[in-house]
Amino acid sequence: MFAYIVRRLLFAVPILIGVNVITFALFFMVNTPDDMARAQLGAKQTTPEMIQSWKQDHGYDKPLFFNHNSTGLDKVSDTLFVQESLKLFTFDFGQSDSGRQISSDIYERMWPSLAIALPTFIIGLVTNIAIALLIVLFRGSTLDSITMGVAVAIMSISGLFYIIAGQVLFSKTWHWVPISGYADGIEGIKFLILPVFIGVFAGIGAGVRWYRSIFLEEITKDYVRTARAKGLSEIKVLFGHVLQNGLLPILTGVVVVIPTLFMGSLIMESFFGIPGLGSYTIDAIQSQDFGIVKAMVFLGSVLYIIGLILTDISYTYFDPRVKLS
Amino acid sequence: MNGMMMTPVFLWTDIMIWVLFVLIVIGVRQIIKDPHKRNQWRSVFASRTSMVSILVLVMYFMIALIDSVHFKVDSSTETSNHKELVSVLDIGLEHLILNSERTYSAPFALQEYSSSVVYNEQGQVQQVYLPLKNVAKHIDMDPNLVAYDVLSQVAWAFMGTLGVLIFISIIHGYFYFKSLAENTVAVKEKSLPWGTAYVTLFIITLVSFSLYSLSFDYHVLGTNKVGEDVLYQSLKSIRTGVLIGGLTTVVMLPLALVLGISAGYFKGWIDDIIQYTYTTLNSIPGVLLIAAAVLVMQSIMSNHADWFGSTEERADMRLLFLIFILGMTSWTGLCRLLRAETLKISQIEYVTAAKAFGLKPFSIIRRHIFPNLMHLVLIALVLDFSGLVLAEAVLSYVGVGVDPTMPSWGNMINQARLEMAREPMVWWSLLSAFVFMFVLVLAANLFADRVQWVLNPRSKK
Repeated sequence: MFAYIVRRLLFAVPILIGVNVITFALFFMVNTPDDMARAQLGAKQTTPEMIQSWKQDHGYDKPLFFNHNSTGLDKVSDTLFVQESLKLFTFDFGQSDSGRQISSDIYERMWPSLAIALPTFIIGLVTNIAIALLIVLFRGSTLDSITMGVAVAIMSISGLFYIIAGQVLFSKTWHWVPISGYADGIEGIKFLILPVFIGVFAGIGAGVRWYRSIFLEEITKDYVRTARAKGLSEIKVLFGHVLQNGLLPILTGVVVVIPTLFMGSLIMESFFGIPGLGSYTIDAIQSQDFGIVKAMVFLGSVLYIIGLILTDISYTYFDPRVKLS
Repeated sequence: MNGMMMTPVFLWTDIMIWVLFVLIVIGVRQIIKDPHKRNQWRSVFASRTSMVSILVLVMYFMIALIDSVHFKVDSSTETSNHKELVSVLDIGLEHLILNSERTYSAPFALQEYSSSVVYNEQGQVQQVYLPLKNVAKHIDMDPNLVAYDVLSQVAWAFMGTLGVLIFISIIHGYFYFKSLAENTVAVKEKSLPWGTAYVTLFIITLVSFSLYSLSFDYHVLGTNKVGEDVLYQSLKSIRTGVLIGGLTTVVMLPLALVLGISAGYFKGWIDDIIQYTYTTLNSIPGVLLIAAAVLVMQSIMSNHADWFGSTEERADMRLLFLIFILGMTSWTGLCRLLRAETLKISQIEYVTAAKAFGLKPFSIIRRHIFPNLMHLVLIALVLDFSGLVLAEAVLSYVGVGVDPTMPSWGNMINQARLEMAREPMVWWSLLSAFVFMFVLVLAANLFADRVQWVLNPRSKK
């Protein structure tokens, strides 16, 4: 097991290097530091001196891959690629345009993101599985077809609608919860109720459809027929056999999402004014802060790869038939 | 548009959507020729929901098509109110562009939404709701007559709709009885839900006729902050939505097909490289990759403003880029599916036999593998459509979507979002955008479900 994990981690290295090359190509080769300086400084009449000083401030005044002016190992290491791209591997993200350390910003903002994403994920998972099981119990009935119709409708409405409608109804009209904001600890709960509720509701459509199809596939298998033949009630068949076996594909399917919960949700956080990583990213995008966007791209890829490894491990853990090799 | 010079202009996205149209026509002809495919698609349309959905989708697609024939209007002549570039849809809805107001007004309103300060004849300050400039002229803006006027216009639209439907059913009947007389009618043909189709067609035609007729005298869906008609904006947004939903998968199809098939067929190091490529691309969070690419593109475009002739051309280029960028992030899923399916197909005996006969890899792929992958491609096309339309709204909200000057549902929502804080609320702009989007996405989802169910050999029937 340990050897397997180490091997998978080593496989992750070329992928992360690939991610780095892509972001590097996007940010430094397609869009050269000169272009960045011009876009940031705005006016067309920027002088070469202004561009040079902007590049110096940001440490972008180095050659791309090979520095002719340096000596020894510095020929390679004193370049943009090593300084700006490979440095990410040490999780040193440098400074944002406003002069703050990106790493410490990310660490601070991770927790509000998690405070929304984690409850949304858990409550959503439980709700979806419960509804899916219920309609599998009544499969083929009118209830089933109505629920599936509603599920498609929920899926077809833009997520922005749920947020805006939720804020108007629960905050503006009925004053049940504050419209936006965030606080640490217990007081924060009143700010979290609405975003979590909306997040869960918006996910019901796709979730229920997916889990229902998993359970329906399970229910046609031989062991279920045997269980019924033994005289088990439908409820016992569902909860004792189908749920347990259906959980395997569900769990292995959702494990990949868990690490990315840290990244937060762009839209939710910006609408509800939550100081998490999602709104951090959105602010960076809108103010064109390339340093932060680059850091978030790298972080997102790392978390995704961790998710993939966790998926593989969870396969062996829950299903002894799968052997890691 | 009398007396103005109009020269046709072909924007890149115009060409692409018409190419897509031609591809669809070719595809439909292929289906009609092949009895097996014909039967499959008949079974798609045998469901009532998919019949309704396809009619709605065709309606949206047609609006997008007529909005994709552009003319350059020589703006030196009179009315400066015009945009430089107009489409056929703009010409049809010219009155909506000309009838703009000063600011917000509610649907069917005769007055502005908020009061303004004016000086009356005695020089005193007064708070009044100014009347709108371009509504209900023919009934002298009498509020008591509005309901009656609307009803009578809808009644006329109803008569018109009946006429159109009778005309269509006569043509339909002619072809039906002709095929009956020639004895070519398939037995299963009767099983198509024509009743549902006619009811849907009736509703669509009635709504369009009523809206069109009413739009001359009222702002049916109100006006926005700068007094533009919301109905016009919603209709113009259809093109953006359909383009993003329909073309994104198409532009990346060649790449996904070539890479997916070669990975699955040649295996070995080719497979390794291709798998590495899409795993790497896939591991970057989609929104962030799109955001990063769009930011870079924006920066390039602002540094090279001289590349583009007009704002429309720039907006169009940006839409094209967005389609490619969205495609870049979404081809990986299809590529993986195609690879897996190719791996499976190339194990089957007939492919082994073809290899034993000495067929070259290219002709094996063309004759034996490619045709067996078409259902995956079609399913991916229809499944991705709705997600992409929804994604456009979110991306425009984040600020990395289409150009802010381009009409799109995302931009409408983004502009109207701030008005939610107003008391009383300005709701019509938001609601129109959401409803127009919802109808399209719901139709696409329902249709995709049915297509997937019919075309996927693994689904249980």
